Amino acid sequence: MTADMLSQDLSLLIPELLLAGGAMALLMLGVFLKGEGTNKLVQWLTVALLAGAGLAALFLVSGEGQAFSGGFIFDGLARFSKLAIGLVAAIALLLAMPYLQAEKLGKIEYPVLMTLAVTGMFMMVSANDLISMYMGIELQSLALYVLAAFNRDSLRASEAGLKYFVLGALSSGLLLYGSSLVYGFTGATGFNEIAIAVQSGPSVGLVFGLVFVICGLAFKVSAAPFHMWTPDVYEGAPTPVTAFFATAPKMAAIVLMARVLIEPFGGMVEQWRDVIWVIAVLSMGLGAFGALTQTNIKRLMAYSSISNMGYALVAIASASQTGLWALLVYMILYMIGVVGSFGAILSMRTREGMVEQISDLAGIAQRNPGLGWSITALMFSIGGLPFMVGFFGKFFVVFAAVQADLMVLAVLAVLFSVVGAAYYLRVVKTVWFDEGEVEFVPAAVSVYWITRLAGLATVLLLPVIGWLVFRAYSVGLATL
Amino acid sequence: MFGEFEAFLSILTFVPALGALVIAIFRFTARAEDQAQIDKNSRLVAWVATMVTLALSLILLFSFDRDTAGFQFVHEIEWLSQIGLGYRLGVDGISVLFVVLTAFLMPLCIMASGAIQKRVADYMIAFLLLETLVIGVFCALDLVVFYIFFEGGLIPMFIIIGVWGGQNRVYAAFKFFLYTLLGSVLMLVAMIYMFLQAGTTNITVLLEHDFAREAQMWMWLAFFASFAVKMPMWPVHTWLPDAHVQAPTAGSVILAGILLKMGGYGFLRFSLPMFPEASDYFAPLVFALSIIAIIYTSLVAFRQTDIKKLIAYSSVAHMGFVTMGLFAMNETGVQGAIFQMISHGFISGALFLCVGVIYDRMHTREIAFYGGLVHKMPVYAVIFGLFTMANVGLPGTSGFVGEIMTMVGAFQVSWWIATGAAVGVILSAMYMLTVYRNVVFGEITNPKLENISDLNRMEWAIFVPLIIMTLWLGISSTAVTDITAASVDNLITQYQAALPAAAQ
Repeated sequence: MTADMLSQDLSLLIPELLLAGGAMALLMLGVFLKGEGTNKLVQWLTVALLAGAGLAALFLVSGEGQAFSGGFIFDGLARFSKLAIGLVAAIALLLAMPYLQAEKLGKIEYPVLMTLAVTGMFMMVSANDLISMYMGIELQSLALYVLAAFNRDSLRASEAGLKYFVLGALSSGLLLYGSSLVYGFTGATGFNEIAIAVQSGPSVGLVFGLVFVICGLAFKVSAAPFHMWTPDVYEGAPTPVTAFFATAPKMAAIVLMARVLIEPFGGMVEQWRDVIWVIAVLSMGLGAFGALTQTNIKRLMAYSSISNMGYALVAIASASQTGLWALLVYMILYMIGVVGSFGAILSMRTREGMVEQISDLAGIAQRNPGLGWSITALMFSIGGLPFMVGFFGKFFVVFAAVQADLMVLAVLAVLFSVVGAAYYLRVVKTVWFDEGEVEFVPAAVSVYWITRLAGLATVLLLPVIGWLVFRAYSVGLATL
Repeated sequence: MFGEFEAFLSILTFVPALGALVIAIFRFTARAEDQAQIDKNSRLVAWVATMVTLALSLILLFSFDRDTAGFQFVHEIEWLSQIGLGYRLGVDGISVLFVVLTAFLMPLCIMASGAIQKRVADYMIAFLLLETLVIGVFCALDLVVFYIFFEGGLIPMFIIIGVWGGQNRVYAAFKFFLYTLLGSVLMLVAMIYMFLQAGTTNITVLLEHDFAREAQMWMWLAFFASFAVKMPMWPVHTWLPDAHVQAPTAGSVILAGILLKMGGYGFLRFSLPMFPEASDYFAPLVFALSIIAIIYTSLVAFRQTDIKKLIAYSSVAHMGFVTMGLFAMNETGVQGAIFQMISHGFISGALFLCVGVIYDRMHTREIAFYGGLVHKMPVYAVIFGLFTMANVGLPGTSGFVGEIMTMVGAFQVSWWIATGAAVGVILSAMYMLTVYRNVVFGEITNPKLENISDLNRMEWAIFVPLIIMTLWLGISSTAVTDITAASVDNLITQYQAALPAAAQ
């Protein structure tokens, strides 16, 4: 490999290099700089780094193509996803900062671990080889395990971290086993080579391997029946960590899943579509029905994310360009809703500390109208009800399914969305109809504004939704 | 005069939302101690916004060209155009009257909300938002825009029922929301299918598109699921009595006066012109359900002890006339159905307001509680009597015209349908006159009624426009039919043209 080629390859890797180098530098900074302000400084630098890495993917990486003999790919899909992941991770850290300070968790490891996790996610969306895929997933997961148990004095957080780790390790095992089978039957780990091997007709062993890979990935997106860890981890982990879990890693994992299924295994659509079909229906149904009886709002969000991943899988099941851009639109709108909702959950702080029961929100529309209205808009948006932008996410997903002639799946998707509406309505009901007297202390500036802006965005994005759809649309067209 | 001004319809649609925005800004920026003042001012802002909308809608009505069958005042904006969606508004002879009806009833609702004392600003915001969404439904010329307005209306109505409603309001609000949503999501899938088949969501283009017979059947059923619930038709009407009883007075007026019309309008805009073969095929089903609705719900109404519930069931029966007239698919039937919807908007709205008058004074809707009101409230007795008669279909009131036209239309299809409907008219006289007698006539037996007062000035102001409209439409039915004629003719011609083509 000549130096020329190396520099060319590295130019595609700028965002990852930024993140990895930044993580090391920040760690050193945190270790060697003593004093009160170090924490704050590292946190703010990380916010800038995460957002900067996302923007670097948009502006600094000029070309598109593959690097390191096809192990790494940078295309429109990667660019789009990295921008979204970088920005949403930065927002998640902004949400976390006041919480960490109040709960005395403000250690420099938190932003550094987040940076490493985001590095892993960037690798995931750019993976073009089973090995680099696994590398990305593990880098992300290991950082996330630690984050889940970050509040090490809390029994529930430790339990969440352990649970997540054990089940995560199991799924990584499944993924590796599947990958080895794929390698065994195609003789290659690169996605380009696998795609060619698949063209010549899928063998039983290959299908077997693919199913294991799908299972491993389904665990990462918390799709049913691999969702068991989600409610416990969401509930047990510190709230800002949950906010992070629900957004950036989901985006990375679902994009990776789309890439794996559509690119190397695109020739095996007939084989994997049924599997995804079943996983999607199970996720939508289980998420919707499971959420109905939840009283803890973080558990509710966990089931909501299971159900929403089901919709994302519907888009993947359609295995088309439409499905791909619908997925991107869906995920962006979903993340806006989730970020705002977690902002609202983080605003639920009384003098005694954080509260997480849905009933604590009773009558909040009267006592704190800004928060009440934001929650209302965000819940309706995640639920996909018009006239909130979230509607377009669900609309395009169903659109992709109908286009791919998956009528039954489309009908099931909309029917489950009605069940889903029931529990989002339950939150709205608590906010508006019930009387309560739980007084929240004023939220921190970042939490306050993120909640309000996300709430406003659910309506104000409506006229300009065309722009977002157009960006995703061109990515979808260019990728397949 | 305003016909050349492109954005006119959009402005008309979004003026109420603008009013809501103004109230919301004041609501959020004011200090806590100023909230009482905000509440007071929000009534005024809401009233002004709805009156401006009414004025604009009247301008719309008078500059509307009655001889054109197509869409007028069309306003298009590029929006999601790369995949074929667009923001398009426009009105034709079928929809323009519903816009005016909505704009007409809204100021009355704001005026009738004097009894609302808590969270007035939120209440007004919800109503104004609802007005924008409802007007949008009638103006939308794009499937997705239509769906957004159609479903979006559920959100403010959910809040209105749930926050300002009666005892069992949470149950009613959930039932209302989920019931209607369940019907509508199937319509969404059908809309997406239409989009993929025709390549556009532009309603003007879709009206010309011929769908395959098989597909028509499925899509008709999907749309039917939505509109039948919204209408509501028997047996999916059960959300309506709950919602009506629990909703505040103004909410009931909007629900009965306007929201129910969205189902009928949907049939006119989508089911009949876009799926003519399926409509023809399923017409007997609709007739059967309509007749059952007319007779069955009339009998149910007769046994009610709650006045609002009685009027709610009567609404279901009257909507039965509408569906019957629509699917008769002849000039008289369809014209009659539209007329019936408009007239029912005034009459049922007025009846709910009548209930509101005594509810505001006594805080109960039990029929048994009242009796002998004529001695204390003579003016009220006259007005309630007039609208009772109108609801029964007394000649000279608008109720008569709608019922007779739909029955004549149905008679041309089959005499037994008209007979069933005629039985319903008798039954409606039975329950309406009974409730009127029990509430208004007789001696005052309940001592609590001794101090009940007659209509105040505000209530006068609310009822007078409704009385004028009911009587005027009863005498001069052409006021409505002239406007709808061209579009209805066009609809029927195209419908008939589509049928034999399929038979060959």
